Amino acid sequence: MAEPIPSILDADALAAAERGQWRLVLRRFLRHRLAVASLVLFLLVIVFAFIGPLVWKWDHLLHREIPSLASPSADHPFGTTRAGNDVLAQVMRGTQQSLKVALTVAVLATGIGSVWGAVAGFYRGWIDTLMMRIVDVIFVIPFLAVAASLSGAVRGGVTWFHIAVILGLVGWMGTARVVRAMVLSVREQEFIEAARAVGASDPRIIFRHLVPNTTGVIIVAATLEVATAILAEAGLSFVGLGIQPPDTSLGLLISSATSAAFTRPWLFYFPGVFIIVICLTVNFIGDGLRDALDPRQTMVRR
Amino acid sequence: MYAYIARRLLLAVPILITASMLAFALVDLSGDPIADLILRLQQSTSDGTVPQATIDAERERLYLDRSMPERYWLWLTGIGGHGDIGLLQGEWGPSVRAEGHDIGGEIGARFLVTLRLVLIAVFMAIGLAIITGVVSAVRQYRKTDYTLTFIGFLALAMPTFWLAALIKETGIWVNQRVGTTIFYTIGATSPDTRDLTLGQNLGDIAGHLILPTLALMLTGYAAASRYQRSAMLDVLNSDYIRLARAKGLRNHVVMRRHALRTALIPVATFAPLAIAGAFSGVVIVEFIFNWRGLGTYLLESIINNDSYAVMGWLVLAGSLVVAANLAADLLYAALDPRIRYG
Repeated sequence: MAEPIPSILDADALAAAERGQWRLVLRRFLRHRLAVASLVLFLLVIVFAFIGPLVWKWDHLLHREIPSLASPSADHPFGTTRAGNDVLAQVMRGTQQSLKVALTVAVLATGIGSVWGAVAGFYRGWIDTLMMRIVDVIFVIPFLAVAASLSGAVRGGVTWFHIAVILGLVGWMGTARVVRAMVLSVREQEFIEAARAVGASDPRIIFRHLVPNTTGVIIVAATLEVATAILAEAGLSFVGLGIQPPDTSLGLLISSATSAAFTRPWLFYFPGVFIIVICLTVNFIGDGLRDALDPRQTMVRR
Repeated sequence: MYAYIARRLLLAVPILITASMLAFALVDLSGDPIADLILRLQQSTSDGTVPQATIDAERERLYLDRSMPERYWLWLTGIGGHGDIGLLQGEWGPSVRAEGHDIGGEIGARFLVTLRLVLIAVFMAIGLAIITGVVSAVRQYRKTDYTLTFIGFLALAMPTFWLAALIKETGIWVNQRVGTTIFYTIGATSPDTRDLTLGQNLGDIAGHLILPTLALMLTGYAAASRYQRSAMLDVLNSDYIRLARAKGLRNHVVMRRHALRTALIPVATFAPLAIAGAFSGVVIVEFIFNWRGLGTYLLESIINNDSYAVMGWLVLAGSLVVAANLAADLLYAALDPRIRYG
């Protein structure tokens, strides 16, 4: 997410005002205890997923020295699989792949969606009608089915990046709608008129003035996108149309352990809990951001 | 009102047609059915060779000898086909699976199986969401509210397949403990239902519904309970509720006659959208509970690269979304006297 960059024309005054505004947002966010706790937990999960594999003694692949189906112990805190994988290493790798997918999807979908929405809202008229009709059209197509069908096409060679691009390309419409709605109201304000009077070009108005002023809804939409993408990727991998072995993801780990919930719980619960923790924390962060970025909200909450 | 409905339906036609074009192109991109077919035929013959004539015949049967736009036109209208294709004529196209495989018939039969699961799950989920949403709003910022809100967020964060697998395993575990089948965990009905009476049949169907319904309820519940809570809060903080209290009405009268009635509107209009949404969620629930419904049909079709079957599913699901959106808007107008469509 690009921070609003004040233009050269009004750099000093705007910069000061903006720094103040962001500090206010930060202060309001910090007051939302649940959101802050979630942010900390989410960062810990990121460290676990990206730094963990570098320091942990096993990787997610098969090793002959690993005992089959051992329950959690000091050597294998999350236990082992039947074939001989260390589940902790698998969960680390799975979380990493899931997070990579989710963050890429969020960047892609938010990028496409906010530009699409901003352009449609800025020009209005037939451009807006056309662009939003396209959004309607894509909305009608059940996107998970299309994603499944497309990732079926790259079967064998499908990697986390394919999944991320597919999910990103079919998941941006919601963001486009909220950004458009927001732009429709922002574009009527005086500072846009002022920018136009100074002679700013259309792209400049859109990217320097309109998009930064919709940052609030864009950030919230992006957090929602992360949670949706995690669940979508896990669902795809679960039915065998997502990330393929020997690579792994949280959905894939659960799919190979569906019948183990009672017999070998460590195979089933650890990856599941990680999905839940990621989605839960991301939703709470989004909730906190929404409150922090919405100036009409009162400071007293919960 | 009727003019409004007519206009919306007319508008839906170009949207659905464009969507189907896009979907057709994407499904077409998603692989060559013939390549898979050749592979399968190779495995079935002894010497591993497939005569070119067979391949050409298959190619022609599936209309793969024509270009993609031509095939789309064929698929939609059936003009110039062999009489087995053309959605507008009620033909869903030939299937990769086998020559006689009737996609339309299969989708029709499975639709009913899936529909009963979806409808029951969505209505139960929304019913539960209304209760918890209202309780949450009435007890705002108290322990009950926090607990229910947390459960709502948890439901939002939980993957359907994980919960479904957990529910299924719990069912199996209970069955093993008791030593008899209390919960059915496989299929939409028992394998052989010919000897059952009507009552037994209904009981069998209901028994098979219990666990999948529980799993599918998750999808609708999370969003609906949040809607219900905020709608109820809005109403409770409104002036006319204050007036109702001020004129001395009893609390339960205020709640039931004044507050709840208004606060039900948003969730009622959410119901059609939840039904459309559950048709996606049901794919995974059916997969786990081995139902022969629409969801598993989609998965099988994707894995078999059965383009016309995937398209059939997409068209059905797309039409459902359009219908659900229209139903939501009409329901809103019917329930809320302030909304009128010209």
